[in-house]
Amino acid sequence: MTEHIVILGAGTGGTLVANRLRRLHTDEDVRITVVDQDGEHLYQPGLLFVPFGLAHGDKLVRPRQDQLHRGIELLQVAVERVDLADNRVVLADQRTLAYDVLVVATGATLVPGETDGLVGPGWMERVFTFYTLAGATALADALAHFDEGRLVVNVVDMPIKCPVAPLEFCFLADWFFQRRGVRDRIQITYVTPLDGAFTKPVASKMLGSLLKEKGVEVVTEFNTGTVDGAGGHLVGYDGRTVDFDLAVVVPLHGGADYVARSPSLGDELNFIPTNEHTLQSRVRPNVFVIGDAAGLPASKAGSVTHFEGEVVCDNVDRFLAGAELVDGYDGHANCFIETGFGKALLIDFNYDTEPLSGHFPYRIGLPLLEESRLNHLGKLMFEWVYWHLLLPGRDIPGVGSTMPRSGKRLVKTHQEVKA
Amino acid sequence: MIDTMMAPTVTLAGLTVDVNEEGFFLQPEQWAETMVPELARAEGIADLTDRHWQVIRFMRRQFEEKGTGPTVRVLGKTSGVSIKELYQLFPKGPAKVAARIAGIPKPRGCI
Repeated sequence: MTEHIVILGAGTGGTLVANRLRRLHTDEDVRITVVDQDGEHLYQPGLLFVPFGLAHGDKLVRPRQDQLHRGIELLQVAVERVDLADNRVVLADQRTLAYDVLVVATGATLVPGETDGLVGPGWMERVFTFYTLAGATALADALAHFDEGRLVVNVVDMPIKCPVAPLEFCFLADWFFQRRGVRDRIQITYVTPLDGAFTKPVASKMLGSLLKEKGVEVVTEFNTGTVDGAGGHLVGYDGRTVDFDLAVVVPLHGGADYVARSPSLGDELNFIPTNEHTLQSRVRPNVFVIGDAAGLPASKAGSVTHFEGEVVCDNVDRFLAGAELVDGYDGHANCFIETGFGKALLIDFNYDTEPLSGHFPYRIGLPLLEESRLNHLGKLMFEWVYWHLLLPGRDIPGVGSTMPRSGKRLVKTHQEVKA
Repeated sequence: MIDTMMAPTVTLAGLTVDVNEEGFFLQPEQWAETMVPELARAEGIADLTDRHWQVIRFMRRQFEEKGTGPTVRVLGKTSGVSIKELYQLFPKGPAKVAARIAGIPKPRGCI
Protein backbone atom coordinates (compact mmCIF):
# COMPACT_ATOMS: atom_id res chain seq x y z
CA MET A 1 0.00 0.00 0.00
CA THR A 2 1.26 3.45 -0.84
CA GLU A 3 1.37 5.85 2.11
CA HIS A 4 0.74 9.52 1.45
CA ILE A 5 2.95 12.09 3.20
CA VAL A 6 1.72 15.65 2.85
CA ILE A 7 4.16 18.44 3.68
CA LEU A 8 2.80 21.94 4.19
CA GLY A 9 5.37 24.55 3.20
CA ALA A 10 8.28 24.37 0.74
CA GLY A 11 10.73 26.54 2.67
CA THR A 12 13.87 25.30 4.39
CA GLY A 13 12.20 22.60 6.50
CA GLY A 14 9.58 21.39 4.01
CA THR A 15 12.11 21.13 1.19
CA LEU A 16 14.78 19.27 3.11
CA VAL A 17 12.31 16.85 4.68
CA ALA A 18 10.67 16.13 1.31
CA ASN A 19 14.04 15.46 -0.32
CA ARG A 20 15.32 13.27 2.51
CA LEU A 21 12.10 11.23 2.64
CA ARG A 22 12.10 10.85 -1.14
CA ARG A 23 15.58 9.32 -1.02
CA LEU A 24 14.57 6.92 1.75
CA HIS A 25 11.49 5.48 0.03
CA THR A 26 10.44 4.18 -3.37
CA ASP A 27 7.54 5.82 -5.21
CA GLU A 28 5.49 2.65 -4.62
CA ASP A 29 5.92 2.86 -0.84
CA VAL A 30 5.43 6.54 -0.31
CA ARG A 31 3.82 9.35 -2.25
CA ILE A 32 5.03 12.83 -1.26
CA THR A 33 3.04 15.99 -1.87
CA VAL A 34 4.31 19.43 -0.90
CA VAL A 35 2.01 22.46 -0.72
CA ASP A 36 3.12 26.07 -0.85
CA GLN A 37 1.20 29.23 -1.60
CA ASP A 38 3.92 30.67 -3.85
CA GLY A 39 6.63 29.44 -6.16
CA GLU A 40 9.64 31.36 -4.89
CA HIS A 41 12.15 30.10 -2.34
CA LEU A 42 13.87 32.99 -0.57
CA TYR A 43 17.29 32.57 1.05
CA GLN A 44 16.26 34.35 4.25
CA PRO A 45 19.75 34.69 5.82
CA GLY A 46 20.57 36.98 2.88
CA LEU A 47 17.99 39.59 3.90
CA LEU A 48 20.31 41.04 6.55
CA PHE A 49 22.81 42.11 3.87
CA VAL A 50 20.35 43.73 1.46
CA PRO A 51 19.92 47.06 3.36
CA PHE A 52 23.69 47.62 3.21
CA GLY A 53 24.02 46.90 -0.50
CA LEU A 54 25.93 43.68 0.28
CA ALA A 55 23.32 41.43 -1.34
CA HIS A 56 20.67 41.91 -3.98
CA GLY A 57 17.16 40.55 -3.87
CA ASP A 58 17.12 38.88 -7.27
CA LYS A 59 20.09 36.74 -6.26
CA LEU A 60 18.38 35.48 -3.10
CA VAL A 61 15.35 33.91 -4.76
CA ARG A 62 15.13 30.63 -6.68
CA PRO A 63 12.13 28.57 -7.89
CA ARG A 64 10.80 26.23 -5.19
CA GLN A 65 10.21 23.49 -7.76
CA ASP A 66 13.93 23.36 -8.64
CA GLN A 67 14.87 22.62 -5.01
CA LEU A 68 12.66 19.50 -4.88
CA HIS A 69 13.83 16.10 -6.13
CA ARG A 70 12.00 14.20 -8.84
CA GLY A 71 9.06 12.22 -7.57
CA ILE A 72 7.82 14.99 -5.24
CA GLU A 73 4.64 16.72 -6.28
CA LEU A 74 4.51 20.47 -5.55
CA LEU A 75 1.10 22.11 -5.44
CA GLN A 76 1.15 25.87 -5.62
CA VAL A 77 -1.95 26.81 -3.66
CA ALA A 78 -2.75 28.24 -0.23
CA VAL A 79 -4.02 26.04 2.60
CA GLU A 80 -7.54 26.74 3.79
CA ARG A 81 -7.35 24.49 6.86
CA VAL A 82 -6.31 21.15 8.25
CA ASP A 83 -9.03 18.77 9.46
CA LEU A 84 -7.15 16.71 12.02
CA ALA A 85 -10.14 14.51 12.74
CA ASP A 86 -10.44 13.47 9.06
CA ASN A 87 -6.69 13.37 8.32
CA ARG A 88 -7.05 15.76 5.42
CA VAL A 89 -5.95 19.18 4.25
CA VAL A 90 -8.48 21.48 2.61
CA LEU A 91 -6.84 23.73 0.02
CA ALA A 92 -7.90 27.26 -0.90
CA ASP A 93 -9.30 26.00 -4.23
CA GLN A 94 -11.51 23.55 -2.26
CA ARG A 95 -9.52 20.48 -3.32
CA THR A 96 -8.69 18.17 -0.41
CA LEU A 97 -5.62 16.08 0.30
CA ALA A 98 -5.97 12.99 2.47
CA TYR A 99 -2.78 12.14 4.32
CA ASP A 100 -1.31 9.29 6.34
CA VAL A 101 1.33 11.58 7.79
CA LEU A 102 1.29 15.37 7.82
CA VAL A 103 4.46 17.44 8.21
CA VAL A 104 3.82 21.07 9.12
CA ALA A 105 6.61 23.28 7.80
CA THR A 106 4.87 26.58 7.18
CA GLY A 107 7.22 28.63 9.32
CA ALA A 108 6.52 31.91 11.05
CA THR A 109 4.58 34.84 9.60
CA LEU A 110 5.11 38.52 10.33
CA VAL A 111 2.13 40.25 11.92
CA PRO A 112 3.04 43.96 11.83
CA GLY A 113 -0.67 44.83 12.00
CA GLU A 114 -0.75 43.61 15.60
CA THR A 115 1.32 46.62 16.76
CA ASP A 116 -0.51 49.95 16.91
CA GLY A 117 0.61 52.34 14.20
CA LEU A 118 3.38 50.16 12.79
CA VAL A 119 1.88 49.94 9.30
CA GLY A 120 0.37 53.44 9.60
CA PRO A 121 1.86 56.78 8.47
CA GLY A 122 5.59 56.55 7.82
CA TRP A 123 5.62 52.78 7.13
CA MET A 124 8.17 52.07 4.41
CA GLU A 125 9.15 55.77 4.51
CA ARG A 126 10.87 56.16 7.86
CA VAL A 127 9.74 52.93 9.50
CA PHE A 128 11.04 49.75 7.88
CA THR A 129 11.65 46.09 8.46
CA PHE A 130 14.38 44.02 6.85
CA TYR A 131 12.47 40.79 7.53
CA THR A 132 10.81 40.91 4.09
CA LEU A 133 12.52 41.28 0.72
CA ALA A 134 10.41 44.35 -0.12
CA GLY A 135 11.26 45.93 3.25
CA ALA A 136 14.97 45.14 3.06
CA THR A 137 15.14 46.57 -0.48
CA ALA A 138 13.32 49.78 0.45
CA LEU A 139 15.52 50.13 3.53
CA ALA A 140 18.67 49.94 1.37
CA ASP A 141 17.53 53.09 -0.38
CA ALA A 142 16.70 54.87 2.89
CA LEU A 143 20.04 53.95 4.52
CA ALA A 144 22.01 55.13 1.51
CA HIS A 145 20.54 58.59 2.06
CA PHE A 146 20.56 58.67 5.86
CA ASP A 147 23.29 61.14 6.88
CA GLU A 148 22.39 62.27 10.39
CA GLY A 149 19.97 61.58 13.23
CA ARG A 150 18.89 58.64 15.32
CA LEU A 151 18.50 55.15 13.95
CA VAL A 152 16.42 52.93 16.21
CA VAL A 153 16.44 49.16 15.82
CA ASN A 154 13.48 47.67 17.69
CA VAL A 155 12.37 44.12 18.41
CA VAL A 156 8.68 44.34 19.37
CA ASP A 157 8.50 40.99 21.17
CA MET A 158 9.85 37.44 21.08
CA PRO A 159 9.71 34.97 19.47
CA ILE A 160 11.30 36.20 16.25
CA LYS A 161 13.14 34.45 13.45
CA CYS A 162 16.90 34.49 13.91
CA PRO A 163 17.07 36.36 17.26
CA VAL A 164 20.64 37.52 16.53
CA ALA A 165 19.73 39.26 13.24
CA PRO A 166 18.68 42.60 14.81
CA LEU A 167 22.03 42.72 16.66
CA GLU A 168 23.89 41.94 13.45
CA PHE A 169 21.93 44.76 11.86
CA CYS A 170 23.30 47.19 14.50
CA PHE A 171 26.88 45.97 13.96
CA LEU A 172 26.62 46.28 10.19
CA ALA A 173 24.96 49.72 10.47
CA ASP A 174 27.93 50.92 12.55
CA TRP A 175 30.32 49.63 9.86
CA PHE A 176 28.17 51.02 7.02
CA PHE A 177 27.95 54.55 8.46
CA GLN A 178 31.67 54.60 9.27
CA ARG A 179 32.48 53.61 5.70
CA ARG A 180 30.23 56.42 4.48
CA GLY A 181 31.96 58.85 6.84
CA VAL A 182 28.77 59.85 8.68
CA ARG A 183 28.97 57.65 11.79
CA ASP A 184 29.72 60.62 14.12
CA ARG A 185 26.45 62.29 13.13
CA ILE A 186 24.32 59.19 13.64
CA GLN A 187 23.14 57.64 16.90
CA ILE A 188 22.27 53.95 16.84
CA THR A 189 19.91 52.70 19.54
CA TYR A 190 18.87 49.08 20.08
CA VAL A 191 15.48 48.73 21.79
CA THR A 192 14.62 45.26 23.09
CA PRO A 193 11.93 43.65 25.26
CA LEU A 194 14.64 41.45 26.84
CA ASP A 195 16.63 42.44 29.93
CA GLY A 196 19.90 42.25 27.96
CA ALA A 197 21.29 42.06 24.43
CA PHE A 198 20.38 38.38 24.01
CA THR A 199 18.51 35.57 25.73
CA LYS A 200 21.42 33.37 26.84
CA PRO A 201 23.61 34.81 29.67
CA VAL A 202 27.17 34.22 28.37
CA ALA A 203 26.35 35.31 24.81
CA SER A 204 24.27 38.22 26.12
CA LYS A 205 27.26 39.58 28.04
CA MET A 206 29.58 39.17 25.06
CA LEU A 207 27.12 40.76 22.63
CA GLY A 208 26.28 43.51 25.12
CA SER A 209 29.90 44.60 25.38
CA LEU A 210 30.27 44.42 21.62
CA LEU A 211 27.32 46.81 21.22
CA LYS A 212 28.93 49.14 23.74
CA GLU A 213 32.28 48.95 21.93
CA LYS A 214 30.56 49.95 18.71
CA GLY A 215 28.76 52.86 20.37
CA VAL A 216 25.29 51.36 20.15
CA GLU A 217 22.99 52.51 22.96
CA VAL A 218 20.77 49.74 24.39
CA VAL A 219 17.28 50.22 25.85
CA THR A 220 16.10 47.05 27.62
CA GLU A 221 12.75 45.71 28.85
CA PHE A 222 10.91 47.96 26.42
CA ASN A 223 7.55 46.58 25.29
CA THR A 224 6.54 48.55 22.23
CA GLY A 225 2.86 49.49 22.35
CA THR A 226 2.71 52.03 19.53
CA VAL A 227 4.95 53.02 16.65
CA ASP A 228 4.27 56.65 15.77
CA GLY A 229 5.82 56.96 12.33
CA ALA A 230 4.59 60.52 11.75
CA GLY A 231 5.86 61.84 15.09
CA GLY A 232 8.97 59.66 15.05
CA HIS A 233 8.75 57.78 18.33
CA LEU A 234 8.17 54.40 19.84
CA VAL A 235 5.81 54.39 22.81
CA GLY A 236 6.17 51.60 25.36
CA TYR A 237 3.22 50.10 27.24
CA ASP A 238 4.84 51.43 30.40
CA GLY A 239 4.76 55.00 29.03
CA ARG A 240 8.44 55.33 28.11
CA THR A 241 9.19 56.78 24.65
CA VAL A 242 12.16 56.44 22.29
CA ASP A 243 12.55 59.05 19.54
CA PHE A 244 13.79 58.13 16.08
CA ASP A 245 14.52 59.64 12.70
CA LEU A 246 14.65 56.22 11.09
CA ALA A 247 13.22 53.07 12.67
CA VAL A 248 13.99 49.48 11.75
CA VAL A 249 11.37 47.32 13.45
CA VAL A 250 11.20 43.55 13.71
CA PRO A 251 7.42 42.99 13.85
CA LEU A 252 5.60 40.42 15.97
CA HIS A 253 5.63 36.88 14.61
CA GLY A 254 2.95 34.22 14.58
CA GLY A 255 2.35 30.87 12.89
CA ALA A 256 0.67 30.66 9.47
CA ASP A 257 -2.90 32.00 9.13
CA TYR A 258 -4.49 28.66 8.21
CA VAL A 259 -3.43 27.31 11.62
CA ALA A 260 -6.01 29.60 13.25
CA ARG A 261 -8.69 28.17 10.91
CA SER A 262 -7.74 24.57 11.75
CA PRO A 263 -9.52 23.28 14.86
CA SER A 264 -7.11 22.24 17.67
CA LEU A 265 -3.97 22.54 15.51
CA GLY A 266 -2.18 25.57 17.00
CA ASP A 267 -1.64 27.55 20.20
CA GLU A 268 -2.69 31.16 20.80
CA LEU A 269 0.10 32.43 18.51
CA ASN A 270 -0.69 29.80 15.81
CA PHE A 271 2.43 27.77 16.50
CA ILE A 272 2.00 23.98 16.76
CA PRO A 273 2.52 22.38 20.20
CA THR A 274 5.34 19.92 19.56
CA ASN A 275 7.36 17.37 21.54
CA GLU A 276 10.77 19.00 21.87
CA HIS A 277 12.77 15.80 21.34
CA THR A 278 10.71 13.68 18.91
CA LEU A 279 9.26 16.63 16.93
CA GLN A 280 5.93 14.81 16.83
CA SER A 281 3.10 17.27 17.36
CA ARG A 282 1.18 17.11 20.61
CA VAL A 283 -2.10 17.44 18.71
CA ARG A 284 -2.07 14.16 16.72
CA PRO A 285 0.42 11.27 16.49
CA ASN A 286 0.51 11.38 12.68
CA VAL A 287 1.37 15.09 12.57
CA PHE A 288 5.03 16.15 12.77
CA VAL A 289 6.44 19.66 12.84
CA ILE A 290 9.71 21.14 11.61
CA GLY A 291 11.21 24.62 11.84
CA ASP A 292 9.65 27.91 12.86
CA ALA A 293 6.10 26.50 12.80
CA ALA A 294 6.81 24.53 15.97
CA GLY A 295 6.06 25.92 19.42
CA LEU A 296 9.37 24.80 20.94
CA PRO A 297 11.77 26.42 23.41
CA ALA A 298 14.33 26.65 20.58
CA SER A 299 15.37 29.56 18.38
CA LYS A 300 13.43 30.10 15.19
CA ALA A 301 16.38 29.70 12.87
CA GLY A 302 17.47 27.83 9.77
CA SER A 303 20.15 25.92 11.65
CA VAL A 304 17.54 24.58 14.08
CA THR A 305 15.37 23.51 11.13
CA HIS A 306 18.35 21.82 9.52
CA PHE A 307 19.28 19.89 12.66
CA GLU A 308 15.64 18.89 13.18
CA GLY A 309 15.38 17.46 9.67
CA GLU A 310 17.13 14.18 10.34
CA VAL A 311 15.02 13.53 13.45
CA VAL A 312 11.72 14.39 11.75
CA CYS A 313 12.47 12.02 8.84
CA ASP A 314 13.62 9.26 11.16
CA ASN A 315 10.49 9.57 13.27
CA VAL A 316 8.12 9.77 10.29
CA ASP A 317 9.65 6.47 9.13
CA ARG A 318 9.32 4.96 12.57
CA PHE A 319 5.72 6.09 12.81
CA LEU A 320 4.88 4.51 9.43
CA ALA A 321 6.59 1.30 10.54
CA GLY A 322 4.76 1.29 13.88
CA ALA A 323 8.05 1.56 15.76
CA GLU A 324 8.82 3.67 18.82
CA LEU A 325 9.97 7.24 18.11
CA VAL A 326 13.45 8.45 19.05
CA ASP A 327 14.15 11.42 21.33
CA GLY A 328 16.68 12.57 18.79
CA TYR A 329 16.58 16.36 18.84
CA ASP A 330 18.56 18.17 21.55
CA GLY A 331 17.72 21.78 20.67
CA HIS A 332 20.95 22.24 18.73
CA ALA A 333 21.30 25.72 17.17
CA ASN A 334 24.28 27.26 15.44
CA CYS A 335 24.49 30.89 14.33
CA PHE A 336 27.08 33.00 12.62
CA ILE A 337 26.78 36.55 13.95
CA GLU A 338 28.04 39.15 11.49
CA THR A 339 29.83 41.89 13.45
CA GLY A 340 30.95 44.19 10.61
CA PHE A 341 34.37 44.95 9.09
CA GLY A 342 34.55 41.48 7.53
CA LYS A 343 34.31 39.63 10.83
CA ALA A 344 31.78 37.37 12.48
CA LEU A 345 31.15 35.47 15.70
CA LEU A 346 29.90 31.91 15.89
CA ILE A 347 27.63 30.54 18.62
CA ASP A 348 26.56 26.93 19.09
CA PHE A 349 24.12 25.72 21.75
CA ASN A 350 21.21 23.41 22.61
CA TYR A 351 18.31 23.14 25.08
CA ASP A 352 20.64 22.49 28.03
CA THR A 353 23.95 24.12 27.11
CA GLU A 354 24.15 27.83 26.52
CA PRO A 355 26.57 29.28 23.92
CA LEU A 356 30.12 28.80 25.20
CA SER A 357 33.59 29.67 24.00
CA GLY A 358 35.92 27.17 22.33
CA HIS A 359 35.97 25.84 18.78
CA PHE A 360 33.41 24.31 16.41
CA PRO A 361 32.89 21.50 15.62
CA TYR A 362 36.12 20.13 17.14
CA ARG A 363 39.12 21.51 19.04
CA ILE A 364 40.46 22.58 15.66
CA GLY A 365 37.73 24.52 13.95
CA LEU A 366 35.94 27.83 13.86
CA PRO A 367 36.40 29.96 16.99
CA LEU A 368 33.25 30.21 19.15
CA LEU A 369 32.07 33.45 20.78
CA GLU A 370 35.02 35.30 19.30
CA GLU A 371 35.20 37.71 16.37
CA SER A 372 37.15 36.36 13.41
CA ARG A 373 37.49 36.68 9.63
CA LEU A 374 37.17 32.91 9.34
CA ASN A 375 33.64 33.04 10.76
CA HIS A 376 32.70 35.77 8.29
CA LEU A 377 33.90 33.54 5.44
CA GLY A 378 31.93 30.69 7.00
CA LYS A 379 28.81 32.82 6.89
CA LEU A 380 29.37 33.72 3.23
CA MET A 381 30.09 30.10 2.32
CA PHE A 382 26.89 29.03 4.02
CA GLU A 383 24.82 30.35 1.12
CA TRP A 384 26.37 27.73 -1.16
CA VAL A 385 25.93 25.07 1.51
CA TYR A 386 22.27 26.05 1.87
CA TRP A 387 21.32 25.52 -1.78
CA HIS A 388 23.60 22.54 -2.48
CA LEU A 389 23.70 20.48 0.71
CA LEU A 390 21.09 21.64 3.18
CA LEU A 391 17.98 21.85 0.96
CA PRO A 392 18.77 18.60 -0.90
CA GLY A 393 18.79 17.02 2.58
CA ARG A 394 22.42 15.92 2.51
CA ASP A 395 24.62 15.84 5.60
CA ILE A 396 27.13 18.64 6.01
CA PRO A 397 30.57 17.07 6.60
CA GLY A 398 31.55 17.31 10.27
CA VAL A 399 28.23 18.81 11.35
CA GLY A 400 25.79 16.36 12.95
CA SER A 401 22.32 17.10 14.22
CA THR A 402 23.24 17.01 17.91
CA MET A 403 25.47 19.63 19.53
CA PRO A 404 29.20 18.75 19.47
CA ARG A 405 30.94 19.08 22.86
CA SER A 406 34.55 18.23 22.09
CA GLY A 407 35.76 21.72 21.18
CA LYS A 408 33.88 23.60 23.90
CA ARG A 409 35.11 24.94 27.20
CA LEU A 410 32.54 23.12 29.30
CA VAL A 411 32.85 23.81 33.01
CA LYS A 412 31.01 20.60 33.83
CA THR A 413 33.26 18.43 31.67
CA HIS A 414 36.19 19.74 33.63
CA GLN A 415 34.72 18.56 36.90
CA GLU A 416 33.73 15.24 35.39
CA VAL A 417 37.33 14.71 34.26
CA LYS A 418 38.62 15.42 37.79
CA ALA A 419 36.12 13.07 39.36
CA MET B 1 9.53 42.13 54.27
CA ILE B 2 10.94 40.62 51.10
CA ASP B 3 14.38 41.58 49.92
CA THR B 4 14.23 40.15 46.41
CA MET B 5 17.86 40.99 45.65
CA MET B 6 19.40 39.02 48.50
CA ALA B 7 17.18 36.33 49.85
CA PRO B 8 17.53 32.67 48.86
CA THR B 9 14.54 32.08 51.13
CA VAL B 10 11.75 34.35 52.30
CA THR B 11 8.99 33.95 54.84
CA LEU B 12 5.46 34.49 53.55
CA ALA B 13 2.25 33.95 55.47
CA GLY B 14 4.34 32.16 58.09
CA LEU B 15 5.90 29.73 55.61
CA THR B 16 9.46 29.59 54.27
CA VAL B 17 9.82 29.55 50.49
CA ASP B 18 12.82 29.36 48.14
CA VAL B 19 13.25 32.13 45.60
CA ASN B 20 16.01 33.05 43.17
CA GLU B 21 17.94 36.33 43.14
CA GLU B 22 15.21 37.90 40.97
CA GLY B 23 12.45 36.92 43.39
CA PHE B 24 10.95 34.10 41.33
CA PHE B 25 9.80 30.98 43.20
CA LEU B 26 12.15 28.06 42.75
CA GLN B 27 9.50 25.61 43.91
CA PRO B 28 6.07 26.72 42.71
CA GLU B 29 4.38 24.11 44.92
CA GLN B 30 5.46 26.14 47.97
CA TRP B 31 3.06 28.90 46.89
CA ALA B 32 -0.36 29.51 48.46
CA GLU B 33 -3.03 32.10 47.72
CA THR B 34 -2.63 33.43 51.28
CA MET B 35 0.82 34.73 50.28
CA VAL B 36 -0.56 36.89 47.47
CA PRO B 37 -1.32 40.12 49.39
CA GLU B 38 2.18 40.17 50.87
CA LEU B 39 3.82 39.35 47.53
CA ALA B 40 1.79 42.07 45.81
CA ARG B 41 2.75 44.70 48.43
CA ALA B 42 6.41 43.87 47.81
CA GLU B 43 5.81 44.70 44.13
CA GLY B 44 4.26 48.04 45.09
CA ILE B 45 0.66 46.92 44.62
CA ALA B 46 -1.28 47.99 47.70
CA ASP B 47 -4.78 47.54 46.31
CA LEU B 48 -5.36 44.03 45.04
CA THR B 49 -8.45 44.09 42.83
CA ASP B 50 -10.47 41.28 41.24
CA ARG B 51 -8.69 42.08 37.98
CA HIS B 52 -5.30 41.42 39.63
CA TRP B 53 -6.61 38.12 40.95
CA GLN B 54 -7.92 37.19 37.52
CA VAL B 55 -4.45 37.60 36.04
CA ILE B 56 -2.66 35.89 38.91
CA ARG B 57 -4.95 32.85 38.83
CA PHE B 58 -4.69 32.73 35.04
CA MET B 59 -0.87 32.74 35.24
CA ARG B 60 -0.99 29.95 37.76
CA ARG B 61 -3.34 27.81 35.60
CA GLN B 62 -1.21 28.38 32.49
CA PHE B 63 1.88 27.31 34.36
CA GLU B 64 0.21 24.19 35.64
CA GLU B 65 -0.98 23.28 32.12
CA LYS B 66 2.07 24.25 30.10
CA GLY B 67 5.01 24.28 32.48
CA THR B 68 5.79 27.93 31.81
CA GLY B 69 4.06 31.25 32.43
CA PRO B 70 2.66 33.22 29.47
CA THR B 71 4.36 36.26 27.93
CA VAL B 72 2.63 39.65 27.99
CA ARG B 73 1.46 39.15 24.43
CA VAL B 74 -0.09 35.77 25.20
CA LEU B 75 -1.63 37.18 28.40
CA GLY B 76 -3.22 39.94 26.32
CA LYS B 77 -4.69 37.39 23.92
CA THR B 78 -5.91 34.82 26.42
CA SER B 79 -6.39 36.19 29.96
CA GLY B 80 -9.38 38.38 29.20
CA VAL B 81 -7.38 41.45 30.24
CA SER B 82 -5.94 43.71 27.50
CA ILE B 83 -2.21 44.50 27.40
CA LYS B 84 -2.97 48.13 28.23
CA GLU B 85 -4.89 47.16 31.35
CA LEU B 86 -2.23 44.59 32.26
CA TYR B 87 0.28 47.43 32.42
CA GLN B 88 -2.12 49.50 34.53
CA LEU B 89 -2.46 46.59 36.95
CA PHE B 90 1.23 45.69 36.98
CA PRO B 91 3.10 48.84 35.86
CA LYS B 92 6.56 47.33 36.29
CA GLY B 93 5.91 44.65 33.67
CA PRO B 94 2.93 42.29 33.83
CA ALA B 95 4.55 38.99 32.84
CA LYS B 96 7.39 39.17 35.35
CA VAL B 97 5.57 40.81 38.23
CA ALA B 98 2.45 38.66 37.95
CA ALA B 99 4.69 35.57 37.68
CA ARG B 100 6.45 36.52 40.91
CA ILE B 101 3.14 37.08 42.68
CA ALA B 102 1.70 33.85 41.26
CA GLY B 103 4.76 31.95 42.56
CA ILE B 104 5.89 30.59 39.21
CA PRO B 105 9.30 30.73 37.48
CA LYS B 106 10.28 33.54 35.13
CA PRO B 107 8.30 33.13 31.88
CA ARG B 108 10.41 31.28 29.35
CA GLY B 109 8.86 32.99 26.32
CA CYS B 110 12.07 34.59 25.19
CA ILE B 111 14.47 32.25 23.46
